[in-house]
Amino acid sequence: MKNLITVFLMALLSFAAGASEGVKLHAVENDLTDKESLQRGAQYFVSYCLGCHSIKQMRYLQIAEDFNLENKKVLQEIAPEGASIYDNMLTAMNAHDAEKWFGIKPPDLSLIARSRGADWLYNYLKGFYIDPAKPPLGVNNIVFKDVGMPNVFWQLQGQQEAVYKTEEGQKVIDRLVLREPGKLSEQEFDKLVTDLVNFLVYVGEPMKLEREGMGKYVLFFLFMFLIIAYLLKKEYWKDIY
Amino acid sequence: MKPSRLTLCGNWFLDRFPMAKVWNEHMTHYYAPKNFNTWYFFGSLALLVLVIQIVTGILLTMNYKPDAKLAFDSVEYIMREVPWGWLVRYMHSTGASAFFIVVYLHMFRGLMYGSFKHPRELIWIFGMCIFVALMAEAFMGYLLPWGQMSYWGAQVIISLFSAIPVIGDDLSLWIRGDYVVSDATLNRFFAFHVIAVPLALVMLVFLHIVALHEVGSNNPDGVEIKKIKDAKGVPLDGIAFHPYYTVKDIVGVAVFLIFFSTVIFYMPEMNGFFLEHANFIPADPMKTPEHIAPVWYFTPFYAILRAIPDKFAGVIAMFGAIIVLFMLPWLDRGPVKSIRYRGGIYKKALVLFVISFLVLGYLGTQPATPAAVIIARIFTAIYFGFFLLMPIYTRWEITKPVPVRVASQAGMKECVAELKQAFDEITTVVTPATGSNGQAGSKRGLSIKGIVNVITRFAKKLKASLD
Repeated sequence: MKNLITVFLMALLSFAAGASEGVKLHAVENDLTDKESLQRGAQYFVSYCLGCHSIKQMRYLQIAEDFNLENKKVLQEIAPEGASIYDNMLTAMNAHDAEKWFGIKPPDLSLIARSRGADWLYNYLKGFYIDPAKPPLGVNNIVFKDVGMPNVFWQLQGQQEAVYKTEEGQKVIDRLVLREPGKLSEQEFDKLVTDLVNFLVYVGEPMKLEREGMGKYVLFFLFMFLIIAYLLKKEYWKDIY
Repeated sequence: MKPSRLTLCGNWFLDRFPMAKVWNEHMTHYYAPKNFNTWYFFGSLALLVLVIQIVTGILLTMNYKPDAKLAFDSVEYIMREVPWGWLVRYMHSTGASAFFIVVYLHMFRGLMYGSFKHPRELIWIFGMCIFVALMAEAFMGYLLPWGQMSYWGAQVIISLFSAIPVIGDDLSLWIRGDYVVSDATLNRFFAFHVIAVPLALVMLVFLHIVALHEVGSNNPDGVEIKKIKDAKGVPLDGIAFHPYYTVKDIVGVAVFLIFFSTVIFYMPEMNGFFLEHANFIPADPMKTPEHIAPVWYFTPFYAILRAIPDKFAGVIAMFGAIIVLFMLPWLDRGPVKSIRYRGGIYKKALVLFVISFLVLGYLGTQPATPAAVIIARIFTAIYFGFFLLMPIYTRWEITKPVPVRVASQAGMKECVAELKQAFDEITTVVTPATGSNGQAGSKRGLSIKGIVNVITRFAKKLKASLD
């Protein structure tokens, strides 16, 4: 019996250890109520991402409504030139070319924040490093190994390099260090990535704030309803027992 | 006075339809035991969730497109562009999980109080049929959003049928309508999910309730209330379902809706348990996700499947885990129904069963590492042991005498008094002095001795309740 318990406990331990693999993600502090951050995020998205990635579920009109902006302002400051307010956020790159250039069509990012999570996106966007072993781009990513995407922020962020350590006889990445500084300081770049992630989180579920705002009224009503229902039940049941 | 036109119309209808009779038989003159506890809310709650699922489901079909090219985007269209679409969709997705929570608790109630025993075997059988139909409904519904997990989950489960010797490959081909899960599969699953299975579900629920009302409800004491009746033929321990249990169930509905709404409005994904993260990626037949796991309510059975080394044997074990539940009324040879009067061995067996169900459920969500498989095997053995050894251990058990009438329970007042006593013991008055400002008050401090006393009393009570 004792042996069985030992075997069981050991199995449980190794099981728990096996569960915590992968790169540790730093948490991002994004705030969906910060409309200015969302607006900046939208601008960054259109400048740096929309060339390859679409957000086909999103219309510019929705952005105008949710960010409390005038349609004209969205067209001038966020949408690419020539877009109509009723357009969806589609990319100009066609799938055929994309496959030829990157080997894969860049995914639509409408729901990327819901499938990957905000923290993953934040670490991914900051996680590119120089890797000569990986042609043709010469860069790799710490959270998404051998990704087909180049570092679109290399001019802003600068070039990062991996510092390796040896763990259980294997070379693993310890951390990334900046080899060549970019146009932005580290804080400025963090802020840019945070804004962009914030926008992607918003895009994943535009009605999130509305839903959470509504929740408290629903719950308040239900609590009132519960009190009345309970008093009614008590009144009916006072002659039982 | 001349009767009004409305009354005349009503009478015309009532002369031709037995509405008053049905109402009386099943509501105002249907007598339920007066000692139902919290566990007895889950039946009516299951009915509520069924209604929620049907209503929200109808609304969803108005904008959903059962087409491999359009399905994923149509769900997002519902979430973003359809007015209140997000609410309807979250109600439906949360409702699916809520259905299983409520039904699992409802079934556990049956295990505790022996509701499956004579004369309620048929109610249990109908209930199990509902459970199987519900699993089919949930499985097929999960394919419809056409996300990665929808697709690969269906792929894995349907391929299980190919493990059946001789006919396996043809059978899985017949189910899919194609060599892989495809548009054909999506269309037929849609047909089953919105028409065939709900129809069967509603009919089975009807049969479940008709069978229940024929023999009457069991209760936490497992006493047959119909044995002792008053001069009018009303059971002495029975109270009319309406109004007593209708007003009581409304309280349960309110509490349920508070939990339900909290999930819908604040955590609709439930951390990936109700809506899996991988399901926000459109289905891609060329790309298998790293880790395929079914939704949480299937994971205990999935863990059993993976625990068995041979694929076909695993499939048999998985289905066996459900079939064995059907046989429960005949496996249990114990003379008493309720856990309150059963012997300690059944109580311990039930505790082990619940633990094994929860552990298997957890393991089913995790990758099958060698260690996890060993643990899953141990708990699979316990799961089946609970049922298959039941004819033996229930025969041995030494039961307590069952009262003739239902016992009065410890109500809220007794519980509060007990809690207050425990609180007084744990926190002793340290300085029984008046405060510096002249106000009477006392400081309380934690007393180690009191804590030990309370814990030992609780442990003794726990042990006594398991004997």
